[in-house]
Amino acid sequence: MSHYYGQIINLLAAVMLLLSFAMLGQRRILSLINLFMLQGAVLCTSTVTVALVTGQSHLYWSALLTLLLKVLLLPWLLHRLIRRLNVKWDVETLINIPTTMLIGIVLVVFSFNMALPISQLAGTVSRSTLGIAMAVVMLSFLMMITRSKAVPQVIGFLSMENGLFFAATSATYGMPMVVELGIALDVLIGMVILGVFFFQIRERFDSLDIRHLEKLKDD
Amino acid sequence: MNLIAPVLLQILELALALVLAPLLTGWVNQCRAWLQNRSAPPLLQPYRQFAKLFEKEVVLAHNASSLFRAAPYIIFACMALASMIVPTLSTDLPFGPAADAIALVGIFALARVFIALAGMDVGTAFGSLGARREMLIGFLAEPALLMVFFTASLISQSTSLSTIVETFASREFAIYPSLAFAGVAFTMVSLAENARIPVDNPTTHLELTMIHEAMILEYSGRHLAFIEWAAELKLYVYSCLGLALFFPWGVPQGADLSNLPLALASLLPKLAIGGALLALIETLSAKMRIFRAPEFLGTAFMLAVLGMLVHLLLETGK
Repeated sequence: MSHYYGQIINLLAAVMLLLSFAMLGQRRILSLINLFMLQGAVLCTSTVTVALVTGQSHLYWSALLTLLLKVLLLPWLLHRLIRRLNVKWDVETLINIPTTMLIGIVLVVFSFNMALPISQLAGTVSRSTLGIAMAVVMLSFLMMITRSKAVPQVIGFLSMENGLFFAATSATYGMPMVVELGIALDVLIGMVILGVFFFQIRERFDSLDIRHLEKLKDD
Repeated sequence: MNLIAPVLLQILELALALVLAPLLTGWVNQCRAWLQNRSAPPLLQPYRQFAKLFEKEVVLAHNASSLFRAAPYIIFACMALASMIVPTLSTDLPFGPAADAIALVGIFALARVFIALAGMDVGTAFGSLGARREMLIGFLAEPALLMVFFTASLISQSTSLSTIVETFASREFAIYPSLAFAGVAFTMVSLAENARIPVDNPTTHLELTMIHEAMILEYSGRHLAFIEWAAELKLYVYSCLGLALFFPWGVPQGADLSNLPLALASLLPKLAIGGALLALIETLSAKMRIFRAPEFLGTAFMLAVLGMLVHLLLETGK
């Protein structure tokens, strides 16, 4: 049976990678938030699966934390934020989407290669998914770089955090509970601060395009 | 018996393809009509169309070259050959070793080049417009299709279609994320290659949007019939290919006539379900702008490459 658990974890990892690419190629902000929510749900499921296989009880708490924070609270906050900010326009990208996708594939190859020697040393049931976790981190990075608006950048940041959690679960069955709680709190606080930033940026420039921030230097 | 049975099966497979291809198109059209609340054309409508077209005389443009007249037969022959390579009734066919998955892509490319040349031959604006669009779609779809085959080949360690199907049909049940990626990519490529709705509308006669129809505007009579038949064969071959790669259960291994009822019993329902799903996809999606097609096919290519990478990472690194 644990043979199938391993396969399910692999499948979830593949779905996670797919969702990262979907976010990279997504033009609409609302769908972007929904994809982020879905990614959180997949992360939660995979953590529960790893917990089932290994019997590590703290992973259940980690999964619960993911569920509450990344599937329920953060998407709700983001939805509320874009409603308040009244941003529903299509997301602008600095590089066109097919090119971004190709760069994404290069990043995936890079992170798969980088993860290979590490995962050979690890003895966990989910060790082979480490490459995918790193790829998710890289792709979120890429998303933050290629988007010019503030909200997608924040979603990229949050999705990167998903990737980090996934990497921790696949390489060492999760971080210590204190660290996990700390990161979760950091993300939450970061989200709140960034939310305040959004309003400030918009008030200052009438737009959420962060390219306007360059003007601050000239003043 | 040992020599006759495979040859007989091979001939039977070709005959089945020729008969079933229009039927499959008729079935897809019927499903689509039902889903869209229209009264459906009869299942045998494509046959009636052929009967009508074969009776009519061929009208040729004055400046049509011999290539224009030869193209329908070449395209039809390509598709018939492709239908003989894809294992549907048995994995052990005399034509099996003749061409592998890569050669199959080459056969499709040959047919595409000829239909594009024929479209440009007479020199009408629509013909060359359709030909250019077809080549645009083709050159984007081909690498994605090859990548799908490479993923399947990596899993089964062979590019021969017979070996791929044999490996897939006889393995123990396991979840292959890479095959899921490849399956989605293959579906997208098939939609584009067969001029189906998100990329091209098979029933349109609106000049600005058509691709396949634009190229064959100048054809009439039996030439048109052969081209339409070839297009239907292409849909059939792609369906069988998808079934063989991703749902290979029930394809008999040896070349034995006694397996024939079993093979048919597994092929026909699978084709029927596949056709109904195709109609569903076509009903649910809207036609894209032509300039969105590269993005659509780029996504297909990306999925196929991801499938291959995921296979290398997850399924071999243990």
